[in-house]
Amino acid sequence: MGNKEERNELWRKALRESMKNKDRMAIPRVKMPELDAAYRSRSYDEVNMGLSQEQAVQEAKRCLDCPDSSCMSGCPVGVNIPKFIKHIERNEILEAAGTLKETSALPAVCGRVCPQEKQCESRCIHLKMKSQPVAIGYLERFAADYEREQGSISAPKPVAGNGIKIAVIGSGPAGLSFAGDMAKYGYDVTVFEALHEIGGVLKYGIPEFRLPNRIVDAEIDILHKMGVKFITNCIVGKTLSYEDLHAQGFKGIFAASGAGLPNFMHIQGENLPGVLSSNEYLTRINLMGAGREGAETPVFMGKNVVVIGGGNTAMDSVRTARRLGAEKAMIIYRRSEEEMPARLEEVKHAKEEGVIFLTLHNPIEYIGDERGRVKQAVLQKMQLGEADASGRRRPVEIPGAVETVDADLVVVATGVSPNPLIPDAFGGLNVSQRGTIVVNEDSLQTDLPDVFAGGDIVRGGATVILAMGDGRQAAAAMHASFL
Amino acid sequence: MNKIVKKEVLSENVVRFAVEAPLIAKSGKPGHFVILRVGKSGERIPLTIADSDIQNGTITLIIQQAGKSTRKICALNEGEYIDDLAGPLGKATHIERFGTVVCACGGVGTAPMYPIARAMKQAGNKVSVVLAARTGDLIILEKEMRSIADEVVIMTDDGSYGQKGLVTQGVEQIINREKVDLCVTIGPAVMMKYVSLLTEKYKIPTVASLNTIMVDGTGMCGACRVTVGGKTRFVCVDGPEFDAHQVDFDEMLMRLNAYKEYE
Repeated sequence: MGNKEERNELWRKALRESMKNKDRMAIPRVKMPELDAAYRSRSYDEVNMGLSQEQAVQEAKRCLDCPDSSCMSGCPVGVNIPKFIKHIERNEILEAAGTLKETSALPAVCGRVCPQEKQCESRCIHLKMKSQPVAIGYLERFAADYEREQGSISAPKPVAGNGIKIAVIGSGPAGLSFAGDMAKYGYDVTVFEALHEIGGVLKYGIPEFRLPNRIVDAEIDILHKMGVKFITNCIVGKTLSYEDLHAQGFKGIFAASGAGLPNFMHIQGENLPGVLSSNEYLTRINLMGAGREGAETPVFMGKNVVVIGGGNTAMDSVRTARRLGAEKAMIIYRRSEEEMPARLEEVKHAKEEGVIFLTLHNPIEYIGDERGRVKQAVLQKMQLGEADASGRRRPVEIPGAVETVDADLVVVATGVSPNPLIPDAFGGLNVSQRGTIVVNEDSLQTDLPDVFAGGDIVRGGATVILAMGDGRQAAAAMHASFL
Repeated sequence: MNKIVKKEVLSENVVRFAVEAPLIAKSGKPGHFVILRVGKSGERIPLTIADSDIQNGTITLIIQQAGKSTRKICALNEGEYIDDLAGPLGKATHIERFGTVVCACGGVGTAPMYPIARAMKQAGNKVSVVLAARTGDLIILEKEMRSIADEVVIMTDDGSYGQKGLVTQGVEQIINREKVDLCVTIGPAVMMKYVSLLTEKYKIPTVASLNTIMVDGTGMCGACRVTVGGKTRFVCVDGPEFDAHQVDFDEMLMRLNAYKEYE
């Protein structure tokens, strides 16, 4: 059934008529309950506490269930947004969760980490009427959490298995989303993961206080129930070759190996102990549990922590440093706050937690102490010039304006590059100059006909939801190629 | 989960395991390493593969107790399991017929050298192995090395076995005796540094296999970065072997001690 027909169902019509749009518009947008900033900046507990059912139903009433549902065009995986929200309005929370799972393998994850303000919510009709958009992300999280907490979590029913073996390389958001859809189509799906844990960046990258691992595990559990097999500690391209996968009978391969390689700035002193990539810092803490009772993996405990960058990973790193006891935790960003790529919510949360923002500054050197450990960062002051290719105003140096700040831990969060493992190991792929796999834009098929690719190995460093969108798109295209 | 099918104690602090890992045994080559982890709160430890047995589907790992994690691994017994084992990682050793190859090993660095020395021999090289350790009890794999090398020179700091002296003295004896075409060195960073300084003096191409700190081992974290020829390289994906004369060993030594106070 198409979305239009679904909108015309009797229950939807009746619900629309039950309340005037004027009254719906008059309801103020719900505020997400949050942990107290002073408490949470020393704890790994999740900052956003989630809506109550009462709050969720009230927020759902704000949705006008408009005829063109433009919000949906802002969703990379095409969630039927009005339908799930209207289910919430009717207190049919499990049905709402079911609607989410029609298109998204990870609704509890998306409800937490998607930049809704740039996607679905940015298209909401409320904005056109100078009102705040419906809190679609909060509602998505509410429905997914409700289902899980009720213990009534259900796996979508796959069609009868077709026995065709499909390999997925990488268990991050792209791989999981692809695996979920292919399992629904009836394929025999095996996901290969290089690390010892399933989840990719959802586990090693995004911290507990933003996305608890148990939430990720619960969603992975659904995939298990749908028959998806997971093999950890298996590095495709190393442990198993392309030819090995063929020999094992895999007929289709989805490469979703992510943007594994951290970027460094190649400045003086960057290899001093105490200077590390955000990938290393966050992996030690999020994946390996460093800093927690009993964990054997060590991590630097900085008192004065400097984080370089203005994206979500920089915010995750600096907020983590606060939680590990940093007295001073600082963001150094070369542009102004306006150009920061991080989600507004992350910037707000970081500020509430006492993070200092030093914008229009760029590190040019790190200075070590007598033991060789980093002790200071030398910063070049910047100003904004003309707009550059990204449309943002280019930061330019202010000649002679240099300052030095104390730093016993420096975390470099200046982006990531594609992991070269798969491009190196699969002969015949078309690989771009910056190391991404080149694919057909519509099908996400690579130059090797049985290999499709998506997520950061194609995009070179994007978001969870775009990776998930790629997973869905590739699954649909690969499925079509078998019909 | 990978089962330990055989355990032998090689010296006071060093054990040899044969571990079930059929895929790694099949795809691993000399120079490759694995990442292993024991226990749910264990850390990920990189270890160069000491040998592979494709027929039995096992790899050989030789581990020296150095800290908490390696102590825990060494305490495992036959029939027990290594929770996580991933590999083979890194780039394999470049094997070809160079002529005369000197393999300079220090302590437990002898373990990963064994498959390299054997492959060098099979490729038609004349292979001289220098085994060095603090004292005679710590010399490992002498018998194995003798079975594949043209010559084995033993050096101990205290003179308790073989000749008294450092690995560099053993290497220099060979250099003084004949033309050496390649030197491969594996051992403690400080030892590799001095081997490198020595062979640089004689202009002998030298490869060092670096054992830096790692977390994931697949290029993701950058903990293993070293400066080689003025450029930052990742040991896990660009190495572990590099032109020793280009490696900044002082920086590497500093970075190896980075987490000392937190362990």
